[in-house]
This record gives sequence, C-alpha cells and structure tokens, in this order.
Amino acid sequence: MSSRRLLAGIVSSVMLWTGCSRRAESASAPKPTAFGSALVESSGGKQITGVGMVLPQAVVVQVNDDRGNGVQGALVEFGGPKGVRFDPVNGLTDSSGQYTTNVSLGAMAGRYQIVASTMSTAGRKVELKLEEIALGYQEGLGRQLNEKYCERCHDPESTPERVSNYDNLEVKPHPFSEGDTLNKMSDADLTAIINQGGLALNRSPLMPPYGYTLSKTEIQALIAYIRAVSDPPYQTPALVYAKN
Amino acid sequence: MADNGKSGSLWQRLFGNSARAFGVVSVLFLISLAIAPAKNHFSEWRHYQHQYLSLIRTRGEALTLQRHFQGGIQQIWLPDLSVVDRCSSCHVGLKEASLIDISRQPFRKHPVIPHTLDQYGCVICHRGQGAATTVEEAHSSTLAWEQPILQAKHIESSCGQCHLGEVAGTPQLAEGRRLIVRYGCTHCHTVKLPDGTTVKATDDPPSLAHIADKTTRQWTYAWLKNPQAYAATATMPNFQLNDDDARDISAFLIADSTPREGDALTLSEKGADAAAGASLYGESFCASCHAVQNAAGNLVGGDFGPELTRIGSKVKPEWLQAWLRNPRAYDPETAMPHYRFNDQQVATLSGFLLAKTDSDLLANVHLEPPTPEQIAHGRQLVSDYGCASCHEINGTKKPEKFAPELSRIGSKPINQLVFLPGMPHTLPDYIVGKIRDPRSFSSGLKMPQYSFTPGQIDTITTELLSLNERSHTLPTSLLIATTPESTYEPAGKAGQLMRDLACLSCHRINGHGGDMAPDLTWEGSSVQRKWLEDFLKDPNTLRPALIRRMPKFNLSDGEISELTDYIMTVYQSPDIDRDSLPLAGYPQVQVEQGRQLFYSRYGCQSCHIVDTKVDKGYVGPTLTQVGSRLTAAWIYDWLKNPQQLRPGTIEPNRKMSDEDARALTAFLMTQKGGAGTQEAKKK
Repeated sequence: MSSRRLLAGIVSSVMLWTGCSRRAESASAPKPTAFGSALVESSGGKQITGVGMVLPQAVVVQVNDDRGNGVQGALVEFGGPKGVRFDPVNGLTDSSGQYTTNVSLGAMAGRYQIVASTMSTAGRKVELKLEEIALGYQEGLGRQLNEKYCERCHDPESTPERVSNYDNLEVKPHPFSEGDTLNKMSDADLTAIINQGGLALNRSPLMPPYGYTLSKTEIQALIAYIRAVSDPPYQTPALVYAKN
Repeated sequence: MADNGKSGSLWQRLFGNSARAFGVVSVLFLISLAIAPAKNHFSEWRHYQHQYLSLIRTRGEALTLQRHFQGGIQQIWLPDLSVVDRCSSCHVGLKEASLIDISRQPFRKHPVIPHTLDQYGCVICHRGQGAATTVEEAHSSTLAWEQPILQAKHIESSCGQCHLGEVAGTPQLAEGRRLIVRYGCTHCHTVKLPDGTTVKATDDPPSLAHIADKTTRQWTYAWLKNPQAYAATATMPNFQLNDDDARDISAFLIADSTPREGDALTLSEKGADAAAGASLYGESFCASCHAVQNAAGNLVGGDFGPELTRIGSKVKPEWLQAWLRNPRAYDPETAMPHYRFNDQQVATLSGFLLAKTDSDLLANVHLEPPTPEQIAHGRQLVSDYGCASCHEINGTKKPEKFAPELSRIGSKPINQLVFLPGMPHTLPDYIVGKIRDPRSFSSGLKMPQYSFTPGQIDTITTELLSLNERSHTLPTSLLIATTPESTYEPAGKAGQLMRDLACLSCHRINGHGGDMAPDLTWEGSSVQRKWLEDFLKDPNTLRPALIRRMPKFNLSDGEISELTDYIMTVYQSPDIDRDSLPLAGYPQVQVEQGRQLFYSRYGCQSCHIVDTKVDKGYVGPTLTQVGSRLTAAWIYDWLKNPQQLRPGTIEPNRKMSDEDARALTAFLMTQKGGAGTQEAKKK
C-alpha cells in the first residue's frame, strides 16, 4: 500500500516537474515531429527598416536533413536582443522544411542580430544568425535621399521601376554597403566628395557635386545612412582628448 | 494585571513626566520629518544620476561632461505648448554628442532630429507623462495618468501633429497617409485636419448605376465574395458576405442598374490576332497605368488603373468595345484618356483583353434568377453596409457619417475602448487590432476586412495616431498646413481636348494634376514647336529605361495643331525669353569647348547620351536630338539652375559660369538627332 502511494507520488511529481520545466523552456512551443541537421536562411537577412518597425519581408529559414532536403515538422525558435519581436516566435516547419516569421526590430537605431535555432537529430542545438538594420530618423532621411539621388548609379541592382545605371559607367561607383572602401573614408572626405563631386578630390568627374542641390543637413543624413548600411559595419572613430 | 502593569510602566516610562514626553514626541517628529528627505535621497532619478556620474568618470571627456551635468530634478517648461517635462532628470546624457557609443538607457544621447529638446520638450513626440519623476509613472499608464510612452514604430505620428502635409524623413507616416486615401478609408470615416481641410480619398470607386451594361451578375457575385480573388491589387475590402447575402446584393445591383445608350458596341473581332493585340497594348502604353500578372505571377505595369489580369472574365465584350472607343461616354470623370482608336484597333485590343480570363473565377458561381424578396433584401444590405458611401447607386443616397469620425482618434481615452482578451491595453494596439481583424471585436460590426500586411497596418496606425487632440490644440503658428491642390483647368477648345485626353491624369500643370509624367507648366518655354507636333503625333520616348511612357493617342492633325498652339502660347515661363538665344549657328570653337566640358569637366555622359555609340548613361533623358527638341534659352537656364525651372529635379545644380553654360548650350544645340530622324523628317 505504502509503496504504491510512494510510486504514485514519484510519478506525479515527475509529471509535474516535466510539465513545469517544459513550460519554463518556452511559452507554447509545439512538439516537434521531426529533427533536421542544418538550419539555413531562405530569405529575409540583411534587411533595412525603421526603428521599432517590422521588416519589409518576412524572415524565412529552412531546416534541412543530411542530404540538404527540407524537413517538415522540426521546431524552429527565434530569439534576439531586447525589443526585437517575432510573430510568431516559434513553430514547426512546413512541408518544404521552411518556417516563416515576421520580425520587428527594437527602438534603437543600429544592427540587430537575430538567432534562429532548432534541435538536430543528434540532440544538438543548431543556430543560424541573421543581421538586420534599423534606421533612426537621420539615417531614414538619408535613405530617402539615396533613393532619389544616389542609388540609380551606386546600386548595381535594377528593379522593375528603376534600371540601374551602374553598368553604364566607365568608372564604377562604390555601392554604399561596400564597407571595405567607404569605412576608410572620413566623414569629412565623404562630405567633400558629395559637396564638390569626384573631380574636386581627384576622382572621377562622373560623380557630380551636390553641394548646391542638397543642404548640409541632407548631406549629413546621407553620410549617416552610408555608415548605417556599410558591410562590414562602420566603427565610429574614437575621440581623442588632450590631457590636461 | 501584570500586563497592565507592564504597559502602564511603558507608558509611564515614555510619557511619565512632561520633559520625557517632550523628548519622545520630538524624536518621533524628527523621524517623520526625515521621511521626505530620505524618500528624495533614495529616488530613482537620483539613483540614475549617480550611475551617470560613475559612467562618465572614466571617459576621456569626463571633465566636459561633468561640467555640463546638473544635479537635481531637471525640467523643460514650455507654457505655450503646455509642456512640463522632467524626463532629463533621468535621461541625463540626451544632449551629449560624445555619448554616441553609449547604448545603455537612460544615458543614451538623443539621435539626430530636426528639432531641439528645448524647443519642444519630450512628450510632444514621445507621449508619456512629462511631469512624472518615476520610471513607472512616466512611461506606463497608471490609474492617475493613462498616456504611455509611444512605441518607436509609431514615433513618426508625432511629426504628423504639426506637419499636416508631406515632410521629409517620415516614410511610415507618408505611407500611412497614402494608404488611407488610396484604400478609401475616408469615404466612410471623416478625417478633418487642424488646418480645416478634410482628407479626400483618391481611389475613385466606380459608379454602379449602369453596372449591368458593364458586367454580369455572376462576376458581381464573385467579386462581392472576395474582390482580391479577382485582382490581388483590388482596393475594395472583403465584406465577408455569406453566399445568400452576396446573391441578394448582386441581384439588387443588376436589377437596379439602368441601361445607357452608347454603352455597347459590336465590332467583328475577325482578323484580330493575339500578336497584333499585344503590340497595340504595348504601343498604347496601357501598362503605364494597368498591371497584368505574368506567367511567373508577378504584376507588370502601373497601379493607376485597375489590374487587367482577368478582365475577360469580368466585362461584357460590347461594353469593353464601347469603353475602348470612348471611356468618357460611360464615365465622364474617368482618369483614362480617350484614345482615338479606329474600329480595327478597338476590335483588336478588345479581342486581346477578352482573352485574359480565369476559368476558376466563375466556375462555382451558379445563380438562379432572383426573386423580388431577394432583390429587396439586397437593397436592404446595400444600405446596411453603406455601399453608397463609396459607389454611386441608383436610388440610394450616400449615407452621412456612416462610420465614426477619426479626426481625433489618436487621443481616444483608453477607458472608452473595448479590448480583446490577450491584447495589450494601449491605443496603438487597439487600432492595429481593429484594422487587422475588425469583425473580431463584435460579430455585428460592418467594417470590412482589408488585406493589409502587418507593416502596412503599422503605418496606418501611425497616421491615425497623428490625428489627436494635441494636434488640434497646439498654437496654430506651429501648424504646417497641407498645400491644397489647385483647381487649375486648361481653357477653351484645347482645354476640352486636354480633358478628353486626360492629360492631367499624368501631367501636372500649374499645381494641378498627377505626378507620373513631367510637369508641363512651362512646356511652351521649354520645347520647340516642330518637336512638340511630332511628339504628339508619335511619342517616341526620351527615357528608354522607363516603363511608364506617353501613349500614342492617334490624334488628328487638327487636334495636334490646336494642342500645340495652346501649349506654346499659354505654358510660358515669365523668366525665360525663348527667342533670346538662337537655335543654331553657334561658332565651332564654342561648340567644341562645350563638348569638352560635357565629357570631361561636368561628366554629363554619366546620366545622358548624346552619342549612342559611346555614351551609355540613362538616368536623365537621351540628348541625341535635344537641339531640335528644346529651346536654347531653356537649356541655358536649366544648366544655370535646374531646380529653379523644375523644383525637386535630381539633376544637380552646378553653379556653372555663364561662359560654360553658353558653351554647353552651343554644343547641345548641335545635337539635332541621327540620320534616321532626318530622313524621316524629309519623308
């Protein structure tokens, strides 16, 4: 009698414990029906949006097995820094092994690393890191100016609405994401080249001067945008103060 | 007894004699007096200020920062704006430009914005309680104060409180405003702005007075059930009607429609082959306004007119032919130009369009002839759902105030809102929920279901939050009013012709019209007469990279000279004398100097083409025949200051010297077009 009671006690406490622990892990994660071995990005990385706003395209990731085929029913969970929201935050992959979520970034301008994870067949946690960019007011203004004045030449990609002029230029302009080149240029250099054109800095005359067309604020906004989207990220130069 | 003795003795001990009582009372008094300073000492803002001081202590610019730092409660007081903001008591580093690397709140520097903190304070943009001195009270809604901090994704709504028209750097607000008028929200919901204007929808829903001439009951039924199944781009929302209601509304609309003469035309489609139709569709640049889904499922074309992917399943052939012959007969106000198609062209084009069908669309629509009860029920439903708010319907008046006014929706008190279970209790969340799934709030609601993306819903919410009480009570000197569209209309016979061709659907003249095509306000100063005539006859494009182009209207010679006369005479800039510079005869030296400047100094070839063999740039118009297109005076003035002639144009102002501008003008005026064009002219 007492041993049976003991057994019931153990069973119930184990059930309680597993129930509690699962709830503690994640609010309402469905139970995976399959496991993959790799997690890859289908689309949605490296997007740009305003602070606090949802990314223009949903983020789609895919769980693959050893052969690279999609796995249906694997559990994918998303996480990110403070302020990043996922709708939904976890779920099972569809028949093609894909899982889609809408991502809103936090309230501060900057880069956000979001992490998708799934459990592999071997019980290991597989992670995929994606980077997204949130623009504040100034960078957002720069982005608008870029769309109007700059990207026709500086963006090699064409869209149905805008054919890129990049390939038509003898001297190729630098795409604004080209951090390796642009990060080495100081704000003063960028200001000068936008203001006075390429010729003034002994560069190509194909880059016209915008100093009489754009205001100082607008040029600062453009530079803020260029810094915000550069890849690798731009590091603000450390300020040097005189010792007293 | 012993207890009594004890307590008695305690009482005795403390207040036994007057000196002792005085002492005890004094101590109690002192303690109670110390509560307030202690509370002050342990307050949150003091805690943050201490943290700030230790944060900056180790920094290189510590001395500067310390000099700027002021302890105690800080306050921005702007009596005119009723702002009392104490936020900077905790947010100490807001104005410190050097704190750019600090991401920890509340010490971040404020990002760059066009206003200063001292000008407007904090809560005008961020909401929240400015006068509060604890985080909880300042940021969240409490019993006493219900205004929480505004989420970052809606922050642009605050710009919209004063900037009633366009404002740079606010893409979310602009998109929200565009969607609200594009999707016709203001047909049902009145929105009055603080400058006294009323927001007007731009979607122009069609009149249903003669709908039976245009389409069938089957299509009407399918459309009512799900407009997006017919065209993904349809702006009409889904009213989630059940089968019976859709049956009855379609029965009523068809029965209520009155036939009209001229709505039908029957031309033989014999000899009309698909290839000819496709090329006529292309030549007429229908795709400038209308989109069609291609095989890959992508929409190709503009969104100015309705999508035509399944048009063949919608319209009656005889109506389509009459429409193509002259759309103004069916809808005098339509934005569609009256192309002068001949019978053959109408037949070809209608044959091409009617082939665009979708067999699935009407496959499951089987409707019995309607009974009078069904028609009556349909009439009732049309009035219940307020269909006449958007559409003209015979015998049904446009309902007044059909839906709640939204002029101050952005400051609706939370206690007046009914939230759904699980929904955060904030106004933005309520508005988002309401747009996302309006009927979930109550089954009896009439608001239809839109198919907005989450991002679009956020932008609409942003715009709605800008329509608030503060916006109406701010000093009017702060309001930047909307620029009202001018009522300009071209006059006389040419004016009639221009209305018939719907020039202003795409072109803007004197502040009235669309923005798809160039502003023609000063076209008469800009172009040469001969070129304009040729262009109206056969509009060969100036910008090959554009999808949207000027269509060929098949104008008669009389119409062309009428239009040309009017444009050349009326659309003149007061600042340009088009005859002040000659069209030809510039000295060769000057022309050569201009060529040098074009290619080397100014690098014009990055955007323009003068020699198709070497130049490739096509950001700006092709200049191969600019010498026979533009007047020299216009080119010269344009080179001197493009934005003065056309505000917002992207060609940068080079502050060119007079000499350079003259030389470039001379060079450009020699670009009279290739041999091909000249041969064509001789013919």
